Amino acid sequence: MSKQIHLAAHFPGVNNTTVWADPQAGSQIEFGSFRHLAETAERGTFDFFFLAEGLRLREVKGKIHDLDVVGRPESLTVLSALAAVTSHLGLAATVNSTFNEPYELAKRLSTLDHVSGGRAAWNVVTSWDAFTGENFRRGGYLDKADRYVRAQESLRIVRKLWDSWTEDQLVLDQAAGAFAREGAGAFADEGAHFDIRGRFGLPPSPQGRPVIIQAGDSDQGREFAASDADVIFSRHGTFEAGKTFYKDVKARLSKYGRTEDSLKIMPAVTVVVADTDDEAIDKAAYIREQQVSGPTALVLAELLWGRDLSAYDPDGPLPAEDPVVGSSVTQGRVGYNDPFPVVAEWRAQAEAHGWSLRQTVINQQNRQTFIGSPTTVAEAVNHHVQEDAADGFVLVPHLTPTGLDDFVDRVVPLLRERGVFRDEYGGTTLRDHLGLQV
Amino acid sequence: MIVGLEIDGAGADPAAWRGAEVDPRAILTGELALRAVQRAEAAGVDFATFVDTLEAPDDVPDRVSVRLDALGLAARIAPLTERIGLLPTITVTHTEPFHVQASVATLDHVSGGRGGWVADVSSSAAAAAVIGRREPAPAAETWREARYVVDVSRRLWDSWEDDAIIRDASTGRYVDREKLHYVEFESPTFDIKGPSIVPRPPQGHPVTAIRASSPEALEAAADADLVLLPDSDELPTQLNALVVVSVEVRPHLDGVEGLVAVIEGLAAAGVDGVHLRPASLELDVPVIADELLPRLRDRGLVGAAERGGSLRGRLGLGRPGNSYVGSGR
Repeated sequence: MSKQIHLAAHFPGVNNTTVWADPQAGSQIEFGSFRHLAETAERGTFDFFFLAEGLRLREVKGKIHDLDVVGRPESLTVLSALAAVTSHLGLAATVNSTFNEPYELAKRLSTLDHVSGGRAAWNVVTSWDAFTGENFRRGGYLDKADRYVRAQESLRIVRKLWDSWTEDQLVLDQAAGAFAREGAGAFADEGAHFDIRGRFGLPPSPQGRPVIIQAGDSDQGREFAASDADVIFSRHGTFEAGKTFYKDVKARLSKYGRTEDSLKIMPAVTVVVADTDDEAIDKAAYIREQQVSGPTALVLAELLWGRDLSAYDPDGPLPAEDPVVGSSVTQGRVGYNDPFPVVAEWRAQAEAHGWSLRQTVINQQNRQTFIGSPTTVAEAVNHHVQEDAADGFVLVPHLTPTGLDDFVDRVVPLLRERGVFRDEYGGTTLRDHLGLQV
Repeated sequence: MIVGLEIDGAGADPAAWRGAEVDPRAILTGELALRAVQRAEAAGVDFATFVDTLEAPDDVPDRVSVRLDALGLAARIAPLTERIGLLPTITVTHTEPFHVQASVATLDHVSGGRGGWVADVSSSAAAAAVIGRREPAPAAETWREARYVVDVSRRLWDSWEDDAIIRDASTGRYVDREKLHYVEFESPTFDIKGPSIVPRPPQGHPVTAIRASSPEALEAAADADLVLLPDSDELPTQLNALVVVSVEVRPHLDGVEGLVAVIEGLAAAGVDGVHLRPASLELDVPVIADELLPRLRDRGLVGAAERGGSLRGRLGLGRPGNSYVGSGR
């Protein structure tokens, strides 16, 4: 039997993938937008709906970055509301483990799982920077090297709290007047980052443990995913990079006593669908131009170069200087650990094609993963999954909230015809959809 | 008169969950709370509060010793209601003020301007121990800090002007950053840079309620929009806020005539409303909805059930201006 594909819908975020200036673009904050995309995803029998997180508005050269979408609602509250208007769709929240405490996370995520009938997921992310810390009691207190130590300890404790009740401790015997057994939910834990004790006030939720998603890409991050995650939200959407990543991560599982199918690898991808391949190619080029204005090209180049490039013309050649590592020109987004090879590649491509800075950014950074007719896209998506470049994908639309309408209406039926994607939900929980045990 | 309803497990009576009419599993799915809030809304109740504490409820085998996170429960109910205000209890002693204000703002967004919160503190050793970061502190200290949290929450809600999102395609700017403000807030126990991550909520400031459960809480209630006063003969006169008196009621046993008299008495005493704590959500809320509210309406004590709009509007609170507009900060 062919591998079954897993799909998730990413609400358009605060980078330049989201084209807010398109006349069709809707609100980034009104509940109706979240509801539309979630209902579309559920109509397409997707595994889950995904929300990213922001804890400080991004800055470029000391000022709030104003060219992309700015601001968003808080994830768990939006997902709890979406639980009311969806019935099967998984609901995944990105929540930082650095600026949240395990007890609170366990309580909020367990609540989401209870009120959604077993559809909650936690994308565990970490941060360490003082920039984000300026919005929090403890500030940027954590060493970069410690962030995964805290994340791992945090996750271990959250699971301990989720496991703190045995099934038989919730009695619910009305006649005998026994709601729960005394002592249910008692916990204590002491580690490098936490020293906590008490009682957890929620019995096991429908999934037992909400699904754990991990997005880190470093060696440490991959190891964390292999030991602890159910799903990896990866950045390796292209075929070759996807296969390499897939092989690398799946090979790490055995040392934790895990099987390969216990961790689903779902790269973030972008898709452009049109009636024909040629039309899709044109449409994709048009979207990339919308995504990368001249000023946006400069900001993205500044992220790579680590330099103030405001003196450059985006329609002129690439900057001649070398990049700077570890600069603070751009704050609040992930930079490049090693920008030199990327700059070299950009220069080579720009020279070969005669591209300006903006054209280089458009072609090097924003190329969509899957472009074509519904048939072309369905075959490509399926090919990636059957050839182990992925177990499925997190689709990142460029338009809020209608950006996945075409995919769901035109590509999903073709995947179903091929027998590689569900016609209807077979179970009720997110773990059911993903085929995961607790 | 304003009429509010308290949601807590199966009701304020610790034995309410044992009634044959109750499916105790519905406490954990949120269905019991949802049904009560929907019944109350249809009858014209103005707001629902949701009880919560940071620590788990007391470990007593014959009581409901579990509790959903109140914010998550209120958000779950928001899309399935249209007019009633939703005020989860949120504790601020061991939590991050930045997250708290973002969550309340988000509840206001997902409910279309019906959001608020009952700001509360955690003074117990049990609450301190589940987080493990701070020693327990007495009420005077925790309430002093809570006032800073209420203050910074309003500043962060104001840190986005209402028209900060401009979507100006001609200049490529999504926001006018002159309309986003660093709050640069400093207090004895925490500092926050700002701005908020969430655009200004529909009500400007979601409704801040404080339960005046102690002298220290009553002092902090000076900052609230809405004060929940425990059933008491001593009504404070100095509060610049709406005052509603919390009363535990069981009209399915006691009938509603006595309750109507109590509410008339409160109205005569100048109180703004009543906050009903039904002994049983399943048994008492239908009586409140079907019998109490219509009688109060007949006496001209409450308005029409179908009033829409924001919670602030419903309570007669204006939409607050933005403290940063024109401030040059």
